[in-house]
Amino acid sequence: MLSRRFILGALSAAALVGSTPAMAQDEIYIPLISKGFQHQFWQAVQLGAERAAEEFDVRITFEGPDNETMVDRQMDMLAAALANNPAAIGFAALDSQAAIPLLRQANEAGIPVIAFDSGVDSDIPLSTATTDNVAAAALAADRMAELIGGSGQVAVVAHDQTSRTGIDRRDGFVNRIAEAYPDIEVVTIQYGQGDHLRSTEVATAILIANPDLAGIFGTNEGSAIGVVNAANELGTEGVVIIGYDSGAAQMQAIRDGVMAGAITQNPVGIGYETVRAAVAALNGEELPEIIDTGFYYYDASNIDDPEIAAVLYD
Amino acid sequence: MSLATDQKPAAPATSTVGGAVAYQRLLAFASLVALLIGFSFASSNFMQTSNMMAILQSASVNGVLAVAATLVIITGGIDLSVGTLMTFCAVIAGVILTKMGLPLMVGVIGAIGAGALCGLCSGTFVTKMNIPPFIATLGMMLMLKGLSLIISGTRPIYFNDTPGFDQISRGSIIGDIIPALPVPNGVLILFLVAAAASFVLSRTVLGRYIFALGSNEEAVRLSGVNTDRWKMAIYALAGAICGIAGILIASRLNSAQPALGQGYELEAIAAVVIGGTSLAGGRGTILGTLIGALIMAVLTNGLRVMAVAQEWQTVVTGAIIILAVYADMIRQKK
Repeated sequence: MLSRRFILGALSAAALVGSTPAMAQDEIYIPLISKGFQHQFWQAVQLGAERAAEEFDVRITFEGPDNETMVDRQMDMLAAALANNPAAIGFAALDSQAAIPLLRQANEAGIPVIAFDSGVDSDIPLSTATTDNVAAAALAADRMAELIGGSGQVAVVAHDQTSRTGIDRRDGFVNRIAEAYPDIEVVTIQYGQGDHLRSTEVATAILIANPDLAGIFGTNEGSAIGVVNAANELGTEGVVIIGYDSGAAQMQAIRDGVMAGAITQNPVGIGYETVRAAVAALNGEELPEIIDTGFYYYDASNIDDPEIAAVLYD
Repeated sequence: MSLATDQKPAAPATSTVGGAVAYQRLLAFASLVALLIGFSFASSNFMQTSNMMAILQSASVNGVLAVAATLVIITGGIDLSVGTLMTFCAVIAGVILTKMGLPLMVGVIGAIGAGALCGLCSGTFVTKMNIPPFIATLGMMLMLKGLSLIISGTRPIYFNDTPGFDQISRGSIIGDIIPALPVPNGVLILFLVAAAASFVLSRTVLGRYIFALGSNEEAVRLSGVNTDRWKMAIYALAGAICGIAGILIASRLNSAQPALGQGYELEAIAAVVIGGTSLAGGRGTILGTLIGALIMAVLTNGLRVMAVAQEWQTVVTGAIIILAVYADMIRQKK
């Protein structure tokens, strides 16, 4: 009786031992702790990091919590990564303050830290590979103004109220409208957690409540898809939809003309630059404080341009 | 309170189950040891002091929540609100300490008090309004999630103005005495909470009613006991323990994160069932839950240190929960 559990435990332990990759002694190991892992965006960041890992002959791992509220889970991941004696660490903080004790621990152990996606309010990271979200959302506001003819009502479906990207994209868009386009009114800002279904519901309610709406801005992939779903379900026409990031559904919506266009970051570049910066730090090179990985506005006219196609992901 | 009448409903629960529970505990403990040994062989980086402390630290919050969940689950109920209640209490501490600038102790007591009050609300929904615990605490979970966002203004509240607050969880009294053993205070608090809850379960009248309500609530009621009042007390106690978890997580993150919390109730429940507590009620131990929480923490950390792909980590964790409960079922049938 006792042995059943023991055998199970022993078996799983044995299976785990068997699956351990053989580690070379002088291998350079760089774990990346991200803000998520299952979204297409993070998959693209991982892809870029893997490309750089191959190019510079280092080993990386890529991990992130299930959703962007799980700050303590991310701390657990960072602690486990530190236990593995990494050469350097890539880190996308969900909350930079919460991470400071662990980052300090890395710093004391002489492990270089490269921040990516969102900055860390600390001087420990040697560099940050990121998109200027405020400027990118302002570009979305400019395009929106252009498409609706400089006046009318617009709404925002944002992914969340607390994360840096959520705040920056919302404020970048809203502030640009307020500064440059006095005839455009932002009637409402609603949050859908970046979840397709919730964002759809939020956008449906906005469209029903505001029949005169001229445009909606969705601040990430899930939010933008939600707006597209809502417009399709309600049969709404004539509302200008601008999204953020890419992904198969959003690209299709742009090709079909349901969505006017979207801002794309360069997630592959974020991953690539993070690993490249980590390797550079290990070689003792000086790094810039910010590595701007860039952003673009794309629509049906330029979606297939090589420059744009390279940064889009399915 | 006459002990003779109290023992009547509780006797069957403890006498038939006492040995079995001890046995389950042994099994769970053996699994924990097997995991520790397995991971040590799998990765040379696993068994080092700093990583063990990281495991304990990550077990502390889930462990405290699981202790709260255990109390309610033994009564045959369920508490889905533990995760967001924890967050709510953290936010209350943030309001008291950072926004009102009151002393540290007031914040701690306020958070625990808020937890007890919310637990009392859940208990009232379950008893006086006759709403099934699953629904009552589901409603509570959502209300608290929303209230945390409203009260905090949807922003994390930082505790930078309260010196010493982050030491509640991050500091190490043991490490100050024995530098080689920097056990975080959060872990110490987990063990204190577990010891206290274990004492309540095994040595007090309240504990006896917790088991009795879970084994045969009707019998307890028919023997003239005011079951509603005891149940409300149990939910309130569980709520107060969630308040402690709220302080722990806020201290660890040096901030109250208002959006966090949903999903944590399921991990707490997983720790409870791995530890051998029956979801049907009437059976369970705090020590089992403690071991369950440690198994969860060792498993996630070990798989991470081995750099197992994250998708597979989730699969393995799910499989372990099923195996643990299945082993328990087989043993019960014999």
